Amino acid sequence: MQATIGVEDLTMRYGNHLAVDHISFDVFAGEIFGFLGPNGAGKTSTQRMLTGVLPPTDGTARVLDHDMARAPVPAKEHIGVVPEVANPYMEMSGWQNMLLAGELYGLPSRRLRERTELLLTEFQLWDRMHDPAKRYSKGMRQRLILAMALIHEPDVLFLDEPTAGLDVESRRLIHDKVTELPKRGVAVFYTTHNIEEANVLCNRVAIICRGRLVALDTPEALKATFGGSQSVVVAFNRHVEAQDLARLDRVTHVAQEGDKLRIYTPSPGAVVMQVVDFARRANMEITSLNTLGPSLEEVFVSLSSGQRPAQNGE
Amino acid sequence: MMRKCWAITKKNMKIYYLKGPVLIFGILFPTFLFLAFAIGRNVPPENLAPGLIGMALFFTASATTPAILPFETRTRTLERLLAAPLPLSVLVAADVLSAFMFGLFLSAVPLLLSFAFLGVAVVHPGAITGAVLLSALCFAVMGTLLSSPPTDNPSSIMTLSNLVRLPLIFVSGVFVPVSQMPQWGQWLSRFSPLTYTTELIRSAIGQEAQVGQWWCVLVLIGFTLAFWCVSLRLHSRNMSRRLCL
Repeated sequence: MQATIGVEDLTMRYGNHLAVDHISFDVFAGEIFGFLGPNGAGKTSTQRMLTGVLPPTDGTARVLDHDMARAPVPAKEHIGVVPEVANPYMEMSGWQNMLLAGELYGLPSRRLRERTELLLTEFQLWDRMHDPAKRYSKGMRQRLILAMALIHEPDVLFLDEPTAGLDVESRRLIHDKVTELPKRGVAVFYTTHNIEEANVLCNRVAIICRGRLVALDTPEALKATFGGSQSVVVAFNRHVEAQDLARLDRVTHVAQEGDKLRIYTPSPGAVVMQVVDFARRANMEITSLNTLGPSLEEVFVSLSSGQRPAQNGE
Repeated sequence: MMRKCWAITKKNMKIYYLKGPVLIFGILFPTFLFLAFAIGRNVPPENLAPGLIGMALFFTASATTPAILPFETRTRTLERLLAAPLPLSVLVAADVLSAFMFGLFLSAVPLLLSFAFLGVAVVHPGAITGAVLLSALCFAVMGTLLSSPPTDNPSSIMTLSNLVRLPLIFVSGVFVPVSQMPQWGQWLSRFSPLTYTTELIRSAIGQEAQVGQWWCVLVLIGFTLAFWCVSLRLHSRNMSRRLCL
């Protein structure tokens, strides 16, 4: 299967600082590829090289079989971009911003108007389309920017932190629109530092840390590979000290989380039985009890801190 | 590509023509500078016209471009333009085109003023047309060159721009014809594109000029090409630093 985005040994150096360090991966049509990393990890530099905005110091980035360093313009015709910190033109209305975006992608006038009407309606901006963008809320501006990126029906969509700091309604709308795209064969490159967002939206996730790619797999496979921390979360009707539960068999450690206790263990089933016994002996009621698998956040944290993959039960 | 270029030009016209720094350094500043020179002095109107038109072209055409890229950097609209399917040269050309038109529109005022009220007669219409068009283009490209340092602060670029523009008006035959300047001034005047504008206008209205019409045209074309090439090179080199601001 031909990759829509092909990255090989991609490197970006700013003076002495190595921002992106020889990373390689492929992204295919119809998938949402999450690009996850802490701040300053090299996510935005990578996206800028992939969108032909910055030339790489070394390596190649190919989008739809076009080399983004040598001939970016033909590929850019088929790319939609939501940059990290982007604004529409504040003095121009939503409608005018959409027309500008469409003209930059060479859309014929009639098609441009049709797409503009459709997208402004879908992104719930129709009623305010003639207002200058400076009167829009942050969520409305971000929706407008995504609508502008979709004006030419791109085959590849790059989004850099598209929901950072947005209200729930705008975030949900953007998530809904993004998840629709792979059904039409669009490849989505989704840069984020929001682990839960990557977990929910993405088919595969690459984690970048200090410029190097430290993991690449499906969210579930990553959790399984790094899954040293299955846990049981329990709440009682009375206060219980964490150290009382830490004495149970096969418990690695216990953490207080609000009114609950989280018991880390490689054997959640065995621990549940002991917790029930513990509650019975102490004449307490269990008000809630859940077993949790490892989270993508833990994978991310362990990789960010430079830890090696832990084996299940370790 | 023309349509994409025109789309950016329209956007520039909507947004940047009315920006404070453009109005101050493109219109108010040269107007008051000229009035300070002309009022109270017994200078014949036909001697004022070349300087008036030349200075208007110089300041108006070079006022817009220095504002555009720093504003685009500051307002975080630049990256999407760079991600659009057009080469950097088209983006810069669109900025030049908007500055060129700003220069043309606003220079029409002193032009009409000179011909309608100062009684200046055009002897060579082709030369005056060439002077206006070529000079507006040359100064618009010069403005683009001045905007190449990577900053998101328009006032920094405006300061730099005035550091370059102000000395040039004193050695370009704007207030005093080149022929009446001291030797060192005449020598310096060769390196200013504005000299060739004022000289071309001077000869177009039938006054004695130090430099021939065709030579003026050739030198203005040369300056324009040189500014364009250097400007593209610098913008290309500085764009990554601009995005990191």
